[in-house]
Amino acid sequence: MKKTLFDKIWDAHVVSEVANGPTQLYIDRHFCHEVTSPQAFNGLRARELKVFRPEKTTMTADHNTPTINQDQPVKDPISRNQLDTFARNAAEFNMPLFYPLGHEKNGVVHIIGPENGFTQPGMTIVCGDSHTSTHGAFGTIAFGIGTSEVEMVLATQCILQNRPKTMRITFSGKLEKNVLAKDLALYMISKLTTGGATGYFVEYAGEAIRNLSMEERMTVCNLSIEMGARGGLIAPDETTFNYVKDREFAPKGEEWDKKMEFWKTLKTDDDAVFDSELVFDASEIEPMVTYGTNPGMGMGISGTIPTLDEIDEAGRISYMKSLDYMGFKPGEKMLDKPVDYVFLGSCTNGRIEDFRIFANYVKGKKKADNITAWLVPGSWQVEKQIREEGLYEILTEAGFQLRQPGCSACLAMNDDKVPAGKYAVSTSNRNFEGRQGPGARTILAGPLVAAAAAVLGMNKLQPTGNRIVDNTTYH
Amino acid sequence: MEKFKTIISSVVPLPIENVDTDQIIPARFLKATDKNGFGDNLFADWRYNKDGSPKQDFVLNNPKYSGEILVAGKNFGSGSSREHAAWAVAGYGFKVVVSSFFADIFRNNALNNGILPVVVSPGFLAEIFEAVDANPGNTLTVNLEEQKITNNATGKSETFEINSYKKECLLKGLDDIDYLLSKKDLIEAYEKNK
Repeated sequence: MKKTLFDKIWDAHVVSEVANGPTQLYIDRHFCHEVTSPQAFNGLRARELKVFRPEKTTMTADHNTPTINQDQPVKDPISRNQLDTFARNAAEFNMPLFYPLGHEKNGVVHIIGPENGFTQPGMTIVCGDSHTSTHGAFGTIAFGIGTSEVEMVLATQCILQNRPKTMRITFSGKLEKNVLAKDLALYMISKLTTGGATGYFVEYAGEAIRNLSMEERMTVCNLSIEMGARGGLIAPDETTFNYVKDREFAPKGEEWDKKMEFWKTLKTDDDAVFDSELVFDASEIEPMVTYGTNPGMGMGISGTIPTLDEIDEAGRISYMKSLDYMGFKPGEKMLDKPVDYVFLGSCTNGRIEDFRIFANYVKGKKKADNITAWLVPGSWQVEKQIREEGLYEILTEAGFQLRQPGCSACLAMNDDKVPAGKYAVSTSNRNFEGRQGPGARTILAGPLVAAAAAVLGMNKLQPTGNRIVDNTTYH
Repeated sequence: MEKFKTIISSVVPLPIENVDTDQIIPARFLKATDKNGFGDNLFADWRYNKDGSPKQDFVLNNPKYSGEILVAGKNFGSGSSREHAAWAVAGYGFKVVVSSFFADIFRNNALNNGILPVVVSPGFLAEIFEAVDANPGNTLTVNLEEQKITNNATGKSETFEINSYKKECLLKGLDDIDYLLSKKDLIEAYEKNK
């Protein structure tokens, strides 16, 4: 029987099958943050249980943390209590891998996992966060779980899951210059819609995917959930191995050689059959933006917002509700729109490469006066690298400030909230109503469009040859 | 968990598609460290004005509609993995959510909190909305044992899918952790052989 990469990893982690029910799956790595874990630890306490394998859980505070003055006590007493509870749980349950606010390994959970070498090919990885799909970039089965499931993993290192169907999405050809992984992902989601891959685990393949760096692959896999997929993965290759090698928690010496032998087998067999197959031409993709209130409502930056006759009759009420929220009308151009805020960061685009792209564009230019820009590195390691590579000076000279790591305005649990009615070009993952603050209006985009918007404002961007945001080359 | 029994109830209609978890429970309410009180903030931004007063045009504030069954447009629960969304739905008093399509993580979270997500055909869903529109007192019957949902206004029924393991968990009020803890020996054997 020929197997897909997903099948190989899944089958290697089956502990048992429940008759007419789900699979008991073993979890190699569990990531844990302050927002979705406290009730799980309460559950352990109520059942008088210990954490079964504490060394297989990595804990970092990220969702509900300030991005300024992290050395000072957190002002909001409810947020502070959540962070204190997180620390108390780590201490009480003897968790060895605990990275609180201010720790050098602290940062957004899906950024610190890979950068410290916790994330390795062939693993099963879960976290109480839907963007756990990010880790699929390394050839892992990685997916988001609820708090009851967090409790299961803490108690037993296992989870009960129904086996998803498999889908392969192939991107043939090459991406145009200045078209980034984020554009590829937003394009794909706009084609599939937010529920188009629900029930599936996706493998990304094809020339355009192979050519992506690890950072870019993480951006693509990160957004798998936005089309409803359980997760998305990419077969590991030299790009993957080079990234993992020598990271702190990566295998070393003989252990590395042994792992490499195994990792090289992690690919879909030639004749393996997927439940669904889609092919896109990567060269067709232009820089993308969203115009509505879900990530499926995306379009090429030079295009126009779909008119009502392009929308299914059943969906028209929801469609108009969405455009009304955004203050947009069918048929309008996105390039005519004003912008108030720009957010660079999140588990989608808060890695070093995103900061390189942003800095490379704004170098020698100035931030537009009317724009508030929040630049939030995904981790302290990213922050350190920004300084080491001289990006900090470039950003500062262009009028930008760097904030401290965290999820920040991606979900606006902290004070980084976009005011009601204001427009934010955001490199994050969700443009839901109120996602970046009550009444906030989000336009999702990649780091390059965000940089251009921060300097010029969306309404001054000019498409050249329908492909790029202006005639400068950034990438 | 409470045992799931057959429910005959009027419904609260929410005929909107792609209701995401940020609408079900906005992120600013995720700072709690227990599972209580989320029902008060279910659909908070659609339900309340800035000053906390109820928005009269939202269905939860309309006294005509009540019941233990929420009926929503397709792709309910998309977005985040926050189980707080399921706690909010349960905390408000819903025991069943009916839609033509659910996001995966929300469905799991619902089941793990004793809420039954029932998938019906688009046509059946449209007929429920029509029946409630005609008379807010119209009821649905949800029988988990028989995996059957009946629109009592039309008398029409559909069967719905649920795997037999989860069905038994709901009927008996058991959860997955009880099951997994009973398999510790298998887990240790798996680790040894790895």
